[in-house]
Amino acid sequence: MPESSLNRAIYNYNLLFFNVLCNLSYTRKRQKLTNVILVNTPYYYFYSCNSQNPKVMKNLVILGAGTAGTMMSNHLVSKLPKNEWQITVVDQYKTHYYQPGFLFLPFDIYTTKQVKKKGEKFIPKGVNYINEKIDLIQPEDNKVLLENGNVLPYDILIIATGTKIAPEEIEGMKGPEWHKSVFDFYTYEGAKALRDKFREWEGGKLVVHITEMPIKCPVAPLEFAFLADSYFKNKGMRDKVDITFVTPLGGAFTKPKATQALHHLLTDKGITEVTDFNIERVDYENNKIIDYAETEVPYDILVTVPTNMGDALIERSGMGDDLNYVPTNKATLQTDDYENIFALGDATNLPASKAGSVAHFEAEILTENILRYINGEPLKEEFDGHANCFIETGGGKALLIDFNYTHEPVEGTFPFPGVGPLNLLKESRTNHMGKMAFRWVYWNMLIKGIHIPFVSATMSEKGKHFEETQA
Amino acid sequence: MDKTIAQATISVDQEGYLTDFSQWNKEIGTEIAHEQGIEMTDKHWEIIDYIQDKFKNEEPLSIRGIKKSGVIDIKQFYALFPGGPLKKATMIAGIPKPKSCI
Repeated sequence: MPESSLNRAIYNYNLLFFNVLCNLSYTRKRQKLTNVILVNTPYYYFYSCNSQNPKVMKNLVILGAGTAGTMMSNHLVSKLPKNEWQITVVDQYKTHYYQPGFLFLPFDIYTTKQVKKKGEKFIPKGVNYINEKIDLIQPEDNKVLLENGNVLPYDILIIATGTKIAPEEIEGMKGPEWHKSVFDFYTYEGAKALRDKFREWEGGKLVVHITEMPIKCPVAPLEFAFLADSYFKNKGMRDKVDITFVTPLGGAFTKPKATQALHHLLTDKGITEVTDFNIERVDYENNKIIDYAETEVPYDILVTVPTNMGDALIERSGMGDDLNYVPTNKATLQTDDYENIFALGDATNLPASKAGSVAHFEAEILTENILRYINGEPLKEEFDGHANCFIETGGGKALLIDFNYTHEPVEGTFPFPGVGPLNLLKESRTNHMGKMAFRWVYWNMLIKGIHIPFVSATMSEKGKHFEETQA
Repeated sequence: MDKTIAQATISVDQEGYLTDFSQWNKEIGTEIAHEQGIEMTDKHWEIIDYIQDKFKNEEPLSIRGIKKSGVIDIKQFYALFPGGPLKKATMIAGIPKPKSCI
């Protein structure tokens, strides 16, 4: 092969595979299964048939079949001896959603079909997959109770129940105007309702709003504002749409370095920023949001990211913090309170982004730690909060940011130091192509637990321009 | 950088937050409040105590946490520390600016 074609081939290969994610927190959910009980066998009666002295199988139970839970089942099925361990995954929903796609649905960039598939397609053979609502975790007794009355005893439990929006936390938000003039785009239903509204909208005040932190994929609301700018430009009606970005933070993003870059983009695109806005209520009768300092922002369409909370199961089981997130060791992913319970993805209280990329990096590290735990070895304190996110900036371009607990997003190249092909913290078309290619990577590699070449679970410092970091 | 306040020298960051909580005392808190245009009352101190406790226990601070704490309602919190209540209260308390971060 001539050298230039080889380079090109390598380049294309890079594009396809390296572009890791973010914006995607885990993906799943929604259609409720009408009481189909796939498995009625009590799991504690699984015995090994191969051994001369039959022994009781050990149980590893994963709660949640979203991005994190599905990845863990794929990683572990090939690592745990089949004659010793039975892996069970429980999720009440049978549809697995590609949640990063919800960002594109309102703008008719993705179709509804591109963002959902049957969850069972991604659960590997040999894993027991149960579609049933989880009633309670009883950590003192090492048991999980299901709504249908079945009991799952476990030796090791992995919590991957994610996070969901809680619009009822703010007065007036989930009122009569919900999905009429007040929308979310973090659910399939919300994103679809917004798409229908935008198709017919003749213009006015569009307010993109974050209720409180933390939220899943903290860059998504910004991307939404950028994409709205592009969308209305393309429709030839940008002059009729006034876009305002309202946030409880002091700036556009949570990390100072990226905030500067994003602030310039907002200004360039004619998007007004309202910062330090702590919402008290939505006055849906007069179309305005009001904060505790009595600041008011009027809207015709409000696109809000409601309070994000962990699953109600965590609260029922008495295992969560104020927002139902599970207190978890940020380096080992073992829960603080129980040594045989681990947590990953959006369900934890880790000070890392709630994003699919984080779940992905955590899954690789947690797999190793589960094996260490089984072998009675000390856990590796390895997770560094690594996150990697594309930020769609509209007009077919995107930024890419890479950061962890201690390092701010920086400029540089990714994943190959000095080569790229992706640029960190700079707008480019290549980055956008990466984001688009990622949907394929997600369905075909990521949740199946196939390692994405050259993208490591911990952050690499090579090829990046670090400044002094703040703790 | 160093800053002299209430007859003491303290180290602060660029925004004026103490970088070493052990240097804090009530006089310093009162002076910082004064610089922010706030005259401290018992109710103010009650909140400062609460957020210093949170800090010592390494628990993150948030408006939601304050709401749930029962120490004060948010309206009142804004009234006592006008403009960014959490930012001002943490500066007076001598602890780092909260990162509602991530």
